[in-house]
Amino acid sequence: MELFTNQVLAGIATGAIYACMALAVVMIYQAIDHLNFAQGEMAMFSTFVCWQLMQWGVPYWGAFLITLVFSFAGGIAIERLLFKPLAKAPILTNVAGFIALYAIINSVAGLIWDFTIKQFPTPFGSSPFLGSQLISTHQAGMIGVTLMLLVLLFVFFRFTRMGLAMRAAASLPESARLVGINTSWMIALGWGMAAAIGAIAGMLIAPVVFLEPNMMLGVLIYGFAAAVLGGLTSPLGAVVGGFLVGVFENLVGTYIPGVGNELKLPIALALIVTVLVVNPAGLFGRPIVKRV
Amino acid sequence: MTAMLNIKDLRAYYGQVQALHGLEFALNQGSVTTLLGANGAGKTTTLRAICNMVRSTGAIEFDGAPLAGRSTENIVRLGIAHVPQGRGTFTTMTVEENLQLGAITRKDKAGVVSDIERMYDHFPVLKQRHTQQAGTLSGGEQQMLAVARALMLRPRLMLLDEPSFGLAPLIVRDLFKILGKINREDKVTILVVEQNAQLALELADKAFVIETGRIVMSGSANEIANNEDVRKSYLGY
Repeated sequence: MELFTNQVLAGIATGAIYACMALAVVMIYQAIDHLNFAQGEMAMFSTFVCWQLMQWGVPYWGAFLITLVFSFAGGIAIERLLFKPLAKAPILTNVAGFIALYAIINSVAGLIWDFTIKQFPTPFGSSPFLGSQLISTHQAGMIGVTLMLLVLLFVFFRFTRMGLAMRAAASLPESARLVGINTSWMIALGWGMAAAIGAIAGMLIAPVVFLEPNMMLGVLIYGFAAAVLGGLTSPLGAVVGGFLVGVFENLVGTYIPGVGNELKLPIALALIVTVLVVNPAGLFGRPIVKRV
Repeated sequence: MTAMLNIKDLRAYYGQVQALHGLEFALNQGSVTTLLGANGAGKTTTLRAICNMVRSTGAIEFDGAPLAGRSTENIVRLGIAHVPQGRGTFTTMTVEENLQLGAITRKDKAGVVSDIERMYDHFPVLKQRHTQQAGTLSGGEQQMLAVARALMLRPRLMLLDEPSFGLAPLIVRDLFKILGKINREDKVTILVVEQNAQLALELADKAFVIETGRIVMSGSANEIANNEDVRKSYLGY
């Protein structure tokens, strides 16, 4: 029983990271109807920036904040330079854009910081949380930060003018322009926020998976699985999906013989395919009906 | 009376297809003008061209300033509200959020709050449903919401694209009554595109008839309503 509880709690902790990645993916998907394959690399790059700042002597939370600002600006810059010109281009052109972005960020990070793994500190420490052996303070911190982020986003989208404008631009761009919303900037803002959320995920998971240019590959695939499971149109779904995927991954790895650590990743893919076949809208998503 | 909107040699294109062939007309401040015409004549395109939602050439001046090169949202911010065909309702949001979106460019918070109350006075049904998702409203209610949303901008000019479309006759009467009231009380200049020519001519001071992208007739609403050809083609008697 203790093994089970332990695995569930650990699953919730890593699930928090998947939830952040899924949130980032959903934000961009809502804005431009495409999956950002480079979301993980953007997060990884941000994490390296944070690491570099700390190498230069900036304290953790200072580096954390600067990294958020950097990522936000970087996300906007990527949208303005690369994806705004592609806004009316076919899907495959956009996919090629995402893959290019993936490759560029990955290589540049390798070039600057090389491919050896690096330790990344945790601000929460790694002692047992509340004296319990089940979960560490860092894992509890990951869950706490994710939940806080979710509340902030909820308040932003529900109660602020900017949040309302962003929702309007995402749901019906033409009507949004007709009430005077600059939809193009709303998309850029969505990119900025997604990049910052991804950066948080990267900085929280780095102490667990260690810092190196390919660290987010698996995390992003789980993030996709979480977003698909929760429904690509629902931020709440993304978060719930993230936690579910985290728990599911751990339980399958523990209890199904032969899966272990090596086969965990295909499980995420199997989950994506299953959801898409059985219930493409996901748990919380709206079915998308298009008139043709 | 001075011209608020002045349109000269307006040509509009959908890809290679030309939809408007040199349209010219002007709207007087405080007037209600209607554009009549059959399906495909270019009525909707004219409204879309004013808001730069379709590729066009020619000159459109609002208060003497050219609109060319301005984005749709910037044109709207000048005080031109457009109630599009199909109403453009934000269906996943509540009725009240739809109204707030109408005023999203305004900075006067108190004014927005009191304007929302004013809209509820104009359209009591919206008040009853203010927390409801807008997509659950009936067609008529959504049309009222669309008009109310446009008014939340405090526009100086309102463009309405077939507001009667798909509505029961009684509801259309109500809607046009409210439009008249808005024009008189709030001094909003109105340009309305309609297939329901009779109602539109009752409301309007001035009318234009448009055929295959050209204006073929213009005059006071009375003149047009009494014109033999118009009566036969658009009024049906």
